[in-house]
Amino acid sequence: MDAFDVVIIGAGVSGAACARELSKRKLRIGVLEREEDVCCGTSKANSAIVHAGFDAEPGTLMAELDVRGVELMGGLCADLDVDLDNIGSLVVCTAEEDLPKLEELLARGRKNGVEPLTIIYGDELRALEPNIADGARAALWAPSACIVNPFQLTWALAENARVNGVEFFFNTEVIGIAQDDGLWTISTTRGGFAARAVVNAAGVYADALHNMVSADTLEIIPRRGQYLVLDTAAGRHVSHTVFQLPTKYGKGVLVTPTTAGNLLVGPTAEDIADKEATDTTAAGLAEVLAKSVLSVKDIPFHETITSFSGLRAHRKEHDFLIGELPDAPGFVDCAAIESPGLTAAPAIGEMVAGIVDGILGPEMRGDFVPARRGIPAVEWACDEDWEALIAEDAAYGHVVCRCRKVTEAQIVAAIRSPLGARSLDGIKRRTEACMGRCQAGFCTSKIMDILDRELADLAYAEITKAGPGSELLVGRDKELGGGGLL
Amino acid sequence: MTNGYDILIIGGGPAGLAAAIAARDAGCASILVVERDCELGGILNQCIHNGFGLITFDEELTGPEYAARFEELARAGGIDFMLDTMVIDISADKVVTAVSRTSGMVRIRAKAIILAMGCRERPRGSLNIPGYRPAGIYSAGTAQRLVNIEGFMPGREVVILGSGDIGLIMARRMTLEGAHVACVAELMPYSGGLKRNIVQCLDDFGIPLLLSHTVVRIEGKKRVEAVIIAEVDGRGKPIPGTETAYPCDTLLLSVGLIPENELSLSAGIGLSPVTRGPVVNEVLETSVEGIFAAGNVLHVHDLVDYVSQEAAAAGRNAAAYARGVLAGSAGAVPLTAEDGIRYTVPQTIDPVRMPEELIVRFRVDNVYEDRSVSVYFDGKRMQHRKRSILAPGEMEQVKLKKGDLVASPDLKEIVFKLEEA
Repeated sequence: MDAFDVVIIGAGVSGAACARELSKRKLRIGVLEREEDVCCGTSKANSAIVHAGFDAEPGTLMAELDVRGVELMGGLCADLDVDLDNIGSLVVCTAEEDLPKLEELLARGRKNGVEPLTIIYGDELRALEPNIADGARAALWAPSACIVNPFQLTWALAENARVNGVEFFFNTEVIGIAQDDGLWTISTTRGGFAARAVVNAAGVYADALHNMVSADTLEIIPRRGQYLVLDTAAGRHVSHTVFQLPTKYGKGVLVTPTTAGNLLVGPTAEDIADKEATDTTAAGLAEVLAKSVLSVKDIPFHETITSFSGLRAHRKEHDFLIGELPDAPGFVDCAAIESPGLTAAPAIGEMVAGIVDGILGPEMRGDFVPARRGIPAVEWACDEDWEALIAEDAAYGHVVCRCRKVTEAQIVAAIRSPLGARSLDGIKRRTEACMGRCQAGFCTSKIMDILDRELADLAYAEITKAGPGSELLVGRDKELGGGGLL
Repeated sequence: MTNGYDILIIGGGPAGLAAAIAARDAGCASILVVERDCELGGILNQCIHNGFGLITFDEELTGPEYAARFEELARAGGIDFMLDTMVIDISADKVVTAVSRTSGMVRIRAKAIILAMGCRERPRGSLNIPGYRPAGIYSAGTAQRLVNIEGFMPGREVVILGSGDIGLIMARRMTLEGAHVACVAELMPYSGGLKRNIVQCLDDFGIPLLLSHTVVRIEGKKRVEAVIIAEVDGRGKPIPGTETAYPCDTLLLSVGLIPENELSLSAGIGLSPVTRGPVVNEVLETSVEGIFAAGNVLHVHDLVDYVSQEAAAAGRNAAAYARGVLAGSAGAVPLTAEDGIRYTVPQTIDPVRMPEELIVRFRVDNVYEDRSVSVYFDGKRMQHRKRSILAPGEMEQVKLKKGDLVASPDLKEIVFKLEEA
């Protein structure tokens, strides 16, 4: 059995942040991930917002780690070459009688230490965001809010952890955990792992793991959020993240640009029973459409290119649960990381590492590599920069994904990098290929050709969309038999 | 910047090749075709079925054969090609920026540009079909490429949504390769494809066409496991209680084609909200002088023969423009589509500059029986042609005579409409 100092379960943004932070220490660290890649759960399907920090209840862990996350995010994204845009956010109030609630939000934000934060009205609001709905009265303006690329952030954290020695095990699902003589043994679908400390960053399944080791049970309720994604042609419809103040009709939806230049509209908030139900529903998508127009007018929904669902790891106390379990020494929960979990991720990593320090007392390393370079995206490059890339590698001249202008060099880099992509979705999250308006219609077979060429252990017919079970092909022509109609 | 060409054609598919050949035959000696793929012919290369060329060659060819005939003519000399080269920008002053592995980034000035970029398939996401996002959902054209070019089957048990021509063709193709096609569901009460394809690709193979039906849910998290199909009402809304589950591993989509005009926008070219292609005049020139358009980038065609015809006209006109012999426009008469007609191409005509006979192409918005296609010049009915059947899936055309237009002084508007026969 492979023996580790720390085993982290889950390679979402929380697990990856913990892994990177812990990799600054002299520890042997393993990350176990059920899926074939990092960033396959909640981390890939959320609003991609760095929340300013006014929303969380003062005194909660959420509030503390949100604000600390904002502090850390800028430097982290610079170190890890992750797209982060400081576009600011607006919480729009559409009803006169709700104005006091906006004031409350302002007061809460100030209590949480969010600066600057102001309420703007009518003309000033419309000048800042011309497509704001006609019914908008006022908005809480938080210039410090950002949007971040959640795929890049998770991947970059994990890749940097990998470069610093953390070992990742994919397609490895935990089926049992037991403690024996101070050592944890973790049974998985790919054999056993031993660890002195365990970090439970398993997202919506964190309760299942928690309940394997503790009598003080935890319940995580998947809270589904459905979204629509609009083409880059609609990406500038708003230039800030536009939230809605909750009204008597319920919680609103947001409209925001993404770092990839799309427009994102959503989410719904539905508590469901099925932890696998990342499906969209007719009712959910209709709700997103109906609610969005309350805060933003004339959204060009005919530019919709896809829709998706994500599951927030909610618990009824509505706060993060981070800490060593009193009845399971060495087992650290990093659970119930719902919004603002993405924002808080850097702070979560920091906090969890501090807890592990208390358990294992490791030494810090002197050779930690803090930075990495991402894959240059020609889509956003000026001509001179693109030409320079081509001069470096001619494959930057070969555009494979026409919609997002992703070149062969970028796709090859996504495959060859540490924790490289092995599937179409893996390529997509790392490069934005397939994410454009044709939704992989033209580039699927071209990317498959490159995967086939680059990965010696993967046959063409075995290439998947997102890991085992999602094979894109069923065999060669003529292999199916049947037919016989000629 | 290279020295430049008289005519630069973006796209080496059927439109680009026909335009290049016609421009050369019209005396233009400096033509460049820029093609993003590694070979000429465009989507025809994956259309290995027959039915191409009945009008152009008076014989039935496969897609690759049709493309090959044009490629041979084009390769006969006088035309330069850049393959594996992606145009990334067109400026309004007609400088084209392109990138390739072999040439890097190049900027090429042209006297005239012909847009021949074709179209793309509408993806699942634009339909908001609820459910999961598993493997096994392909646009029909993507599946066609996998089967016909790559040689691999994307699925065994297939449902097709949308009865566009590629979907119909793929219903037959998948069946011939041993897959089972359970049905083709079509949201509208009529097919979006050619009648001949319904007969030859569905009826001949016993594949049911479910009109006024759509997919309301996709099941299966990793790979498609089933789709739920429901009947829709007159407004396209699913009727509760009509849902039927079709177990399958593959959903092919043939739900519309969209002209690829992102580059046109970079040059500031005006697009029609109906065709989603450039607005053009009688010489197929866009709103930017010297930039012409033809083929599926202009409006979606159903027969490649018409693409070739249209592109040849664009090629001749661009050649005249490049030589400086295309007369300036003396005024544009707008063409208006009304009462059952969705659009016309071109959208304006200069009566002085138009050829002796001009083909105006259009589509209708529904299936109509026993109607007349009427053309009015400022309220005066000039044509009234009876048609027993008109369908959205079949492009229509009307010929306008220069003499008629010239003989109508101060012509303000030409209206196309359907009327009782």
